[in-house]
Amino acid sequence: MWDYSEKVLELFYNPINQGAIADSAEPDVAVVYGEVGSIACGDALRLHLKIQPSTDSILDARFQTFGCTSAIASSSALTEIIKGRTLDQALHITNQDIADFLGGLPEAKMHCSVMGQEALEAAIYKYRGIEIEHHEDDEGTLVCACYGITETKIRRAIAENDLSTVEQVTNYVKAGGGCGSCLANIEDLILDAQQSAETVRAAALAVAKEQSTQPPIRPSTHPPAHSPTPLTNLEKIMRIQQVIEEEVRPVLIADGGDVSLHDVQGDRVLVKLYGACGSCASSTETLKYAIEAKLQRLVLPTLTVEAI
Amino acid sequence: MVTYLDNNATTRTDPEVLAAMLPYLSELYGNPSSMHSFGGQVGAVIETAREQVATLLGAEPTEIIFNSCGSEGNNTAIHAALAAQPEKRHIVTTAVEHAAILAVCKHLEKRGYTVTYLSVDERGELDLMELEATMTGGTALVTTMYANNETGVIFPVEQIGEIAKAYGATFHVDAVQAVGKVPINLATSTIDLLTLSGHKLHAPKGIGVLYVRKGFRFRPFLLGGHQERGRRAGTHNVPAIVALGKAAELAQTHLAHTKREAELRDLLEYGILATIPDTVVNGGGAPRLPNTTNIGFKYIEGEAILFMLNREGICASSGSACTSGSLDPSHVLTAMGLPYTILHGSIRFSLSRYTTEAEIRQVLTVMPEIVERLRALSPFNNDQAEWLQERDVALAT
Repeated sequence: MWDYSEKVLELFYNPINQGAIADSAEPDVAVVYGEVGSIACGDALRLHLKIQPSTDSILDARFQTFGCTSAIASSSALTEIIKGRTLDQALHITNQDIADFLGGLPEAKMHCSVMGQEALEAAIYKYRGIEIEHHEDDEGTLVCACYGITETKIRRAIAENDLSTVEQVTNYVKAGGGCGSCLANIEDLILDAQQSAETVRAAALAVAKEQSTQPPIRPSTHPPAHSPTPLTNLEKIMRIQQVIEEEVRPVLIADGGDVSLHDVQGDRVLVKLYGACGSCASSTETLKYAIEAKLQRLVLPTLTVEAI
Repeated sequence: MVTYLDNNATTRTDPEVLAAMLPYLSELYGNPSSMHSFGGQVGAVIETAREQVATLLGAEPTEIIFNSCGSEGNNTAIHAALAAQPEKRHIVTTAVEHAAILAVCKHLEKRGYTVTYLSVDERGELDLMELEATMTGGTALVTTMYANNETGVIFPVEQIGEIAKAYGATFHVDAVQAVGKVPINLATSTIDLLTLSGHKLHAPKGIGVLYVRKGFRFRPFLLGGHQERGRRAGTHNVPAIVALGKAAELAQTHLAHTKREAELRDLLEYGILATIPDTVVNGGGAPRLPNTTNIGFKYIEGEAILFMLNREGICASSGSACTSGSLDPSHVLTAMGLPYTILHGSIRFSLSRYTTEAEIRQVLTVMPEIVERLRALSPFNNDQAEWLQERDVALAT
């Protein structure tokens, strides 16, 4: 028998927010659902959201799940986590957030939490009019034919969950759980991700070394950080965004990673790392030397960068 | 209080069996291979147990080799059969065998053997014409189970054996689920090798038997000792052997009373089918063991049902992927071509001579609410069924 946490069993035996949300004629309310999985796969989730368009936030969330104990508990947990959040905030929720809410899941059951994350994305994409068929996870080379899992999805799972074995990949996204003919390919993807992470780390250390030996002034299209007039909040955010887009992202993307600006709170810059950067053991160096140092030099010396 | 309906997984050790074995766990600890009388007295009880097992099977005592379990018996049987006819490189088995057969066959395929996996129909039954069509003079072994562990479906072993014999192939039967539940008489059988496991018939775990027909050219799998007349090395597990002997004696008596088990099994089946819509008995149309039923509950998942049952103190099992830890559902139900709507939500209830009517009625009391609760959670229920695609309902082939 699986060793489930008390929280998993509690939400399985007494699920919160089960059921559908009916369309209504309420003003400033939109109802949408996203669905992932199928009865053939052995688990499926239909996540219903009630959204307030004026605030872009989730007023209510409910679920219908075909699946095991952890699939039902993960679905219920997800609805609790996302209620009251903006859609942008919700999109930043990871499967690990769901697992953490549950007090952990057995490794072989982590795909249940991934299903929750995917259903959430499916619902929000649908609400925003983005064709789910064009979701980046569905594109790319098909690696696992048994479960229809693409290379993109496997790479993402590896990066976001710091996966290092084929078995972990199977536990998280099911790839490799069928005939097993793709196991070697999955192993290659893991090795590739690990090498990319190492490259990013080396690049970050190189930047740090360069900054310690050279004067801080370099030719740039950006205004100097030591601006004679204080930046307004809007100017600061725009400059941060510009530096991230033009100076930081190209370097990280070239190494299999990526970054996006999440928020700016005073001098705290909150970013989200993706791909190889998200899984990189040296993501702290990336933050401090590849991003924070650039922003301090090109925008404002007092800025600090944190990953969310 | 536990309602134990998972007897195809393992059984309760009978109190009489336990009493019989206890002295050999304490004061009578001698090694039967020793030359002194302290060990010698222990050797005598092994032969008594051998006779008890032989009687249950209609075999001769010299045809009984004690070993550790069903898996060892199955592994040994396959290797012994291939060693007996090393020039033959073809094996015939079925798609619904236990892993202790299938894994060995897969292993042998990598070493140059050809293996035919016979299919089963939606009732879990074999097509003997398919068997006949695959047999050649190069077939070394036909290995099938007597009764399926998940559905209880019984194969026509004697007819299979006749076909095997006609082509000069060794015939092995994995009878782990059948021994003690249906009468077996090896004296008049076509079976060359037969596997049984003690813990499936109220003996403890860690003891099994491989029956080897007299005159069969047997080559041992485990080497290094003279035990079992040199056919299975390793110090005798005396307490377990004594226990299995007693269990075999009790099983012989119990065979006359399996009708009661079948009646309770039928009560369970009819009760569920009558009170819960969208349920089906997997393999229900075929000859089956008296103690086993496998019921598919459409639109819900097996592990979730098991956890709900577990909270009520009821033990059963499921072939759902989520239960097994693998990502594929039961290979047996898959081979039967069941639709996915049933495949993932099937529960096996397996009874024993200890099962009471009150326990069956307890299941019948709680099951409707469990199914209703889970179906209320499921997106594939009632008006939501439009999500079910054709590929979901019919098993992809």
